[in-house]
Amino acid sequence: MAGTWGRFNIVALILGFAFLYLPIILLVIYSFNESRLVTVWAGFSTRWYVSLFSNRGLMDAAWVTARVAFISATVATVLGTMAAVALTRYTRFRGRLLFSGMVFAPLVMPEVITGLSLLLLFVAIGFERGFMTVTLAHITFSMCFVAVVVQSRLLSFDRSLEEAAMDLGATPVKAFFQVTLPVIFPAVISGWMLAFTLSLDDLVIASFTSGPGATTLPMRIYSQVRLGVTPEINAISTILVGIVTIGVIVASLVNKRRRVRQWRDEQTAAQI
Amino acid sequence: MSRFLAFIASRLVIAVPYLWLLVFFLVPFFIVFKISLSQSAIAIPPYLPVFRFNEGIEGLLRGLRELSFENYGWLLDDPLYVNAYLSSLKIAAVSTLLTLLVGYPMAYGMARAPHSLRPVLLMMVILPFWTSFLIRVYAWIGILKPEGLLNQFLFFLGLIDQPLIIHGTTAAVYIGIVYSYLPFMVLPLYATLEKMDYSLVEAAEDLGCTPISAFWKITVPLSLPGIVAGCMLVFIPAVGEFVIPDLLGGSRTLMIGKTLWDEFFANRDWPVSSAVAIILLLILVVPIAYFQRAQARAREEEN
Repeated sequence: MAGTWGRFNIVALILGFAFLYLPIILLVIYSFNESRLVTVWAGFSTRWYVSLFSNRGLMDAAWVTARVAFISATVATVLGTMAAVALTRYTRFRGRLLFSGMVFAPLVMPEVITGLSLLLLFVAIGFERGFMTVTLAHITFSMCFVAVVVQSRLLSFDRSLEEAAMDLGATPVKAFFQVTLPVIFPAVISGWMLAFTLSLDDLVIASFTSGPGATTLPMRIYSQVRLGVTPEINAISTILVGIVTIGVIVASLVNKRRRVRQWRDEQTAAQI
Repeated sequence: MSRFLAFIASRLVIAVPYLWLLVFFLVPFFIVFKISLSQSAIAIPPYLPVFRFNEGIEGLLRGLRELSFENYGWLLDDPLYVNAYLSSLKIAAVSTLLTLLVGYPMAYGMARAPHSLRPVLLMMVILPFWTSFLIRVYAWIGILKPEGLLNQFLFFLGLIDQPLIIHGTTAAVYIGIVYSYLPFMVLPLYATLEKMDYSLVEAAEDLGCTPISAFWKITVPLSLPGIVAGCMLVFIPAVGEFVIPDLLGGSRTLMIGKTLWDEFFANRDWPVSSAVAIILLLILVVPIAYFQRAQARAREEEN
């Protein structure tokens, strides 16, 4: 195998990953820069992290974002999982084509369109813009991502397990919660994490649907970036990148342990 | 009784997400369409006519008569908008091609990597996708600015004596799109390349094919579904991209997502921005429908 993995492939990977990671690494390095000028290195310092925590506007925005992301990810996970079950289990129902269209379209829909259309909906029904409207908007687009993640896990799930549970007297609802859900749970969790980071990250849809008092962190960052590159933005970016990196690594380790355990259980079951 | 409960549960599983998407995804498009036929006005909300339920049928009919396609005629007459659409399509197409050129060797290298290394490589492609889009675009400002890190580096190497002006040009937008959307290209490509049977390539080479022509005649056609999926995932959102042209592009980089944003936030012209959105949607309907068909087919095959 190693023989066919030629030098060309290794060079392509090194260049590709350098391209992907270098900008982020530079961003992190320069967040520890003493100088106010982002591009001139003047020694190591954590002053921008200190000034970050005294920046009320940024801290308030971070708190709003955290709440929006938590609530919207949770609701989106429930709705997205339901949509995934509906799409994989019920292959025929009236309007299924429209349904699958509405699940896949938001994945590629330009954000300006989604944002504008949701804003106009909220205005048309007289909903006051603010925390609620941003949360509803985030639920709507992130549930589709959750649905796709959970659906691909459901497709590879062995349905005979569920059928066995029902043969043994479990109701379909009980079979779902006691057999199917534990098996697809890692996918549900990664769906939640994806929804959470999408919400944490969104600038365009939030700008359209948010109102006074519900400025999210990306909106705040964006308005500061427009005024120029500042080390403070580097500092908050570093914190966000750190949180996400730790989250993803922990999740993948947990997932791996689960899979190993599952594999061992299956082997044991096969021997019996 | 339990059969009845199961029936109710199965209906709910379909109905709840269905209704949610109808209300928050489909219905809003009709509202956008309706407002695109209205006139801008200094009022709250800033357009006319506004339909109110207490005005009855008569009010409704009067309102309907006030709707017109005027905004569309105006948009299509104004070269600014037409150019913005065309240049968005061009920028999206060029950057999709560039992303493919960067992404294909990466995906290929990953698919041919030793089995034990693949999960780590896959994770390394996904990780940037989880970190904030805005932050990743922002990172490039510091690199591409005239006094930025790239120019400092090139000065240091002695390759230039004048700073390269990249930030604020269309080139910067290309870099931004390729960089931000690269994982969307690599993941579907990797998925098809990993499943491919490489003994076919070996067979072709045994029969006298050069490695390069074996690549073009076997690997590329077999990875076509991945190429199509990756290109769609990059092209469609890139056409309506706002953040990248706004932060990296200059005043001369016309993109429709930015035009829509300015029309809405700076000019507060809701009807015109709605019309801009509807035309953008009409342009994208064909690729979106194609993408969905391809997705659905791939899933059916897995099933």
